[in-house]
Amino acid sequence: MTKQEALFKYVLRLADNALVLGHRLSEWSSYAPILEEDLALTNIALDLLGRAQALYKYAAEVEGAGRTEDDLVYKRAERQFLNILLVEQPNGDFAMTIARQIFNSAYELFFLEELSKSKDPTLSALAIKCLKEVRYHWRHAYDWLLRLGDGTEESHERMQRGIDELWMYTGELFEIDEVEMMLIEESIAVDNSSLHERWNKMVTDAIKEATLSRLTDGYMQTGGRNGVHSESLGFILAEMQYLPRAYPDAKW
Amino acid sequence: MDTQWPLWEVFIQANPGIPHKHAGSVHAADKEMALTNARDVYTRRKEGTSIWVVPSNSIVASNPNDSDMLFDPANDKIYRHPTFYTMPEGAEAI
Repeated sequence: MTKQEALFKYVLRLADNALVLGHRLSEWSSYAPILEEDLALTNIALDLLGRAQALYKYAAEVEGAGRTEDDLVYKRAERQFLNILLVEQPNGDFAMTIARQIFNSAYELFFLEELSKSKDPTLSALAIKCLKEVRYHWRHAYDWLLRLGDGTEESHERMQRGIDELWMYTGELFEIDEVEMMLIEESIAVDNSSLHERWNKMVTDAIKEATLSRLTDGYMQTGGRNGVHSESLGFILAEMQYLPRAYPDAKW
Repeated sequence: MDTQWPLWEVFIQANPGIPHKHAGSVHAADKEMALTNARDVYTRRKEGTSIWVVPSNSIVASNPNDSDMLFDPANDKIYRHPTFYTMPEGAEAI
């Protein structure tokens, strides 16, 4: 693997994470509990889609094979998507969505902080911009975690279920393989494994504060980063890719 | 039964140094949620540099039925406007 191939895969993973989570959150549009929350979730979805677009553009540039960001989104098959499994998990109830946001936003806070120090100027500039957005994503999720966890009996129970069901997808956040290792050496990529301790503390403290509990780390799901997905991703792509695949020359 | 969360009035300051103006209202269960909801509903297009939220039931409003009593007496008191001064040469406003 050349450095260029590693960088392409690295950027693609980040882009796929942002795209798939953005798509998931956009599914709340018009279904959120109240109008204000509808806007909050779709705002966050738009932040993620904007980030995805910038990353796909950069990935296409790195690849240098003439593909565009649209090609990368609409013309890749399921096994070629490299997002982590956590972000493709179904929205479930509102508490489940908040649990996913808690795990992912806490991770991104630390991840982007490190990425902003990257020697790759495009990635570091993007990280600085996204960090502001993610601080708000965390605040949004954290406020809801406290409210639901320390709310009624039913909200407490649902929040706990969300945390428990998604816990086994958090291990993948901290994986590294030869793609990262090659780029960590060049001070381009973030060493995910170094974020685990900070993430653990932040998430555990928040869960405790919300009068909830967390599981101990046990069996963790893995595979998304290498294209092995849960059944959910196929449905997302079917919806997302239908139009450009059915009408390849369609223009807005 | 009213199943909605409490109502909050939202005031947005468009630029530093100018007054906060009423932008609308949001529903929210607590003050933190009121602030984030106001942010998401009213400042998505860079409308603001500062937000105030106030519980709607904390606002004391005049009764429209009292309008005659409260506001009409000012109608014939034009001398309360500073329009009877001669403007010094060169001054655009006093």
